[in-house]
Amino acid sequence: MSLTHLQRLESEAIHIMREVAAEAAKPVMLYSVGKDSAVMLHLAKKAFFPSPPPFPLLHVDTTWKFQEMYKLREKSAEDAGMELLVHQNPEAKERGINPFDHGGLHTDMWKTEGLKQALDEHGFDAAFGGARRDEEKSRAKERIFSFRSANHRWDPKNQRPELWKLYNTKKAKDETIRVFPLSNWTELDIWQYIHLENIEIVPLYFSARRPTVERDGMLLMVDDDRFRFEEGEQPVERSIRFRTLGCYPLTGAVESEATTLPQIIQEMLLTTTSERQGRAIDHDQAASMEKKKQEGYF
Amino acid sequence: MAHSENIDPETIYKTDALIAEDIDAYLETHQHKTMLRFITCGSVDDGKSTLIGRLLYDSKMIFEDQLASLEADSKKVGTQGQEIDFALLVDGLAAEREQGITIDVAYRFFATEKRKFIVADTPGHEQYTRNMVTGASTADLAVILIDARQGILTQTRRHSYLAHLIGIKHLVVAVNKMDLVGYDQAVYDDIIADYTAFAKEIGIEAFTPMPISGLAGDNITSKSDNTPWYKGPALVEHLENVEVMVTANQARPLRMAVQWVNRPNLDFRGFSGQISGGTVKPGDPVRILPSGKTSTVKRIVTFDGDLDEAVAGQSVTLTLADEIDCSRGDVIAAVDAPPQVADQFETTIVWMDESELLPGRSYWMKIGTQFVSATVQPPKYQVNVNNMEQLAAKTLELNGIGVAEIATDRSIIFEPYAENRDLGGFILIDKISNATVAAGMLHFCLRRSQNVHWQDVDIDRAAHALQKRQEPRVVWFTGLSGSGKSTIANMVEKRLHALGKHSFLLDGDNVRHGLNKDLGFTDADRVENIRRIGEVAKLMADAGLIVLTAFISPFRAERQLVRSMLPEGEFIEIFVDTPLAVAEERDVKGLYKKARAGELKNFTGIDSDYEVPENAEMRIDTTKMSPEEAAEIIVDKIVGSWSYTI
Repeated sequence: MSLTHLQRLESEAIHIMREVAAEAAKPVMLYSVGKDSAVMLHLAKKAFFPSPPPFPLLHVDTTWKFQEMYKLREKSAEDAGMELLVHQNPEAKERGINPFDHGGLHTDMWKTEGLKQALDEHGFDAAFGGARRDEEKSRAKERIFSFRSANHRWDPKNQRPELWKLYNTKKAKDETIRVFPLSNWTELDIWQYIHLENIEIVPLYFSARRPTVERDGMLLMVDDDRFRFEEGEQPVERSIRFRTLGCYPLTGAVESEATTLPQIIQEMLLTTTSERQGRAIDHDQAASMEKKKQEGYF
Repeated sequence: MAHSENIDPETIYKTDALIAEDIDAYLETHQHKTMLRFITCGSVDDGKSTLIGRLLYDSKMIFEDQLASLEADSKKVGTQGQEIDFALLVDGLAAEREQGITIDVAYRFFATEKRKFIVADTPGHEQYTRNMVTGASTADLAVILIDARQGILTQTRRHSYLAHLIGIKHLVVAVNKMDLVGYDQAVYDDIIADYTAFAKEIGIEAFTPMPISGLAGDNITSKSDNTPWYKGPALVEHLENVEVMVTANQARPLRMAVQWVNRPNLDFRGFSGQISGGTVKPGDPVRILPSGKTSTVKRIVTFDGDLDEAVAGQSVTLTLADEIDCSRGDVIAAVDAPPQVADQFETTIVWMDESELLPGRSYWMKIGTQFVSATVQPPKYQVNVNNMEQLAAKTLELNGIGVAEIATDRSIIFEPYAENRDLGGFILIDKISNATVAAGMLHFCLRRSQNVHWQDVDIDRAAHALQKRQEPRVVWFTGLSGSGKSTIANMVEKRLHALGKHSFLLDGDNVRHGLNKDLGFTDADRVENIRRIGEVAKLMADAGLIVLTAFISPFRAERQLVRSMLPEGEFIEIFVDTPLAVAEERDVKGLYKKARAGELKNFTGIDSDYEVPENAEMRIDTTKMSPEEAAEIIVDKIVGSWSYTI
């Protein structure tokens, strides 16, 4: 019997999660409510069935996610029988950091700093993340078990060799591990798996008529009344969907008529741009992700 | 360069017609794809990155925005003039992009109609051994690239040896850049004849040769008209049809290392793991290692419902018919063909750390889901990876490969690496830095490990201690040469003797005249010196004695090793803290003077490190107290800690 590529990727992810559950002192699963998180959560349920996954979910919230993401977040945690922790950086909150006024600082404060605070506060020593190696060039070289110093920095030149399926989880006090069970999945694998396994995802991935504004070549969705219109801008109803989800003022939509998973996959296979193009964060400079990761961005 | 080409977007995005016409039918075929992992091996100029770039390009894995940034990058730092430099597509991190070298293992993905592929891409410079072994450890197949203009080089031999060492069964020998030799069959035949002779020499039984051009695309996705004389398959066709390891493993006896015991409530007790060999069905008899107890499989539990059968490669949860002790690290195996259990092995070790192997030092060893302590003997020999010569070696340095015996502190379940990578491959971890310092492969267990048994004795250590009316202790003095260890230890022993205590003082110089006279002062010898003293001290403590030791013992790891040999609380570490300047000033034996003059090598504090204790039971500051005062508080500490009086 030949296992399919999805069966093997699933089995590998489950193996990784069980290693962490067995060897880490206090693991947590980072949950961003996106499609990769949805797949990761689904795999966690499989890995430990009939037990619930033996760790909580952590959402590092920026307060600027799409409303539909917040709705699914609560439901998913409840369905999985897992505790949901939500962290919002109090300093960012107090200073009113937002994507309209603060650009890069918004991501830095809410996400990068917020994540560090949450890990320190709860004393988590291992955190699952849904990153994949096909997303971006610097990811291709990252290990499945990726170590962070006590101040959460990643040193790309000092990574541990990772052989066979033997993961070295030994670490000094205050060091933490980011674990990426989806490392070997591609965007197509994720969609195919969601389709096959019937995994619930945020409706924003499916096309619908939504109020939008076109700005700097990106289609932004007007998700709530905090949206700041620039001079002359009017919300326009367009049939759109998202290939990737983040803070709504920073996430570009694509015009699409795809309302089912096969149609989404069809569009993806026929498209000519990679999914990260919809994220403002990658365009700063060629190696921007690598730099952000060294500073502690997930 | 003349043979670069322009990329025509029409050809890149010419996707499978089925996607547009009938997406459901397309998905149906694609969800049955299998997966193959392979590694490409070549040195800097063999066209490795170009080949990978080509595979991604031909399977439509390059998107427009990536292509745009690739074009920009090619003009800025590319080596192909104004043309697209495929290599840049696969060279990731900023630092290495600027230097024009890849520094690590990177994984790439592409898919064809039949399979998904994961390619491990490793750089071709001096860190090569470590990176290639890492990339090869998960590979089903290796593509060895040979530049048609160069023929077999030292690197070709090295790559082939490493691929063979890691046990890769499928080797593709791709003679690349055929376009640059006019697709000349004679050139190709000569190279393959040379390779065949070499392969035989190092024990490679079979390989698949093919003439290709990564840049021009010959024999990559389809057979090329430029090589009508070549009768074999195109590279991708071959990759699509090779049998993957995980399928081959299903024919072996059942093995499942238990990762996690699944216990949601008192009524359910399951054993979770990934099956690494064979198949399993409910009702199958199984044996649990290392206990050897037998039971039968009751259920194969998964989130998607119970299974009728599970096979190698799947992650499952098994329940057993009987209540049997079974925990993480145990192996559930076929009842009539269980793996072996032993504690001494012959292994091949690939050293992967900047600091060299210290024979005798205790490292963590992870094998399957087992974590144990292990010590490595001095290597029997080291292998020169360039010509496969066996060289004498006392240690292994970064990227060194050698054959050495390993002893574990308890018995482990294993299989020879050639039979099962999951139960035969291991990593070694430094206990202080936590770095993965080595990868290794178990070949066989040593017969003596199965024949030496602990002799049960009736007069045990408690009986010895009771007779002497004392509790055994190992009082370990550590500090620089000339810090005052021996002086203080001597005074402590005199006081103990006066109190009627049974003691013995092991002193550095005295031990080196006898037991350890074969050892010098290299790091490796220092480790072995302390290991032997630790063992002797332990035997004396078993005999009920209070053992005092006075050795520089500069390394934390060895002091920790001795501590771990003894019951909790019996090891008392005393750091005799004398600043180097003070010890050197005293220089009772004149050794510092010699060391400073360069007459004594590896002298602690001068050209060899002293690692200050972090958790010593006592610290004696000899600049603040006399040896007499120190001896008094130490004796208080030893005698005062006893629960009963004399």
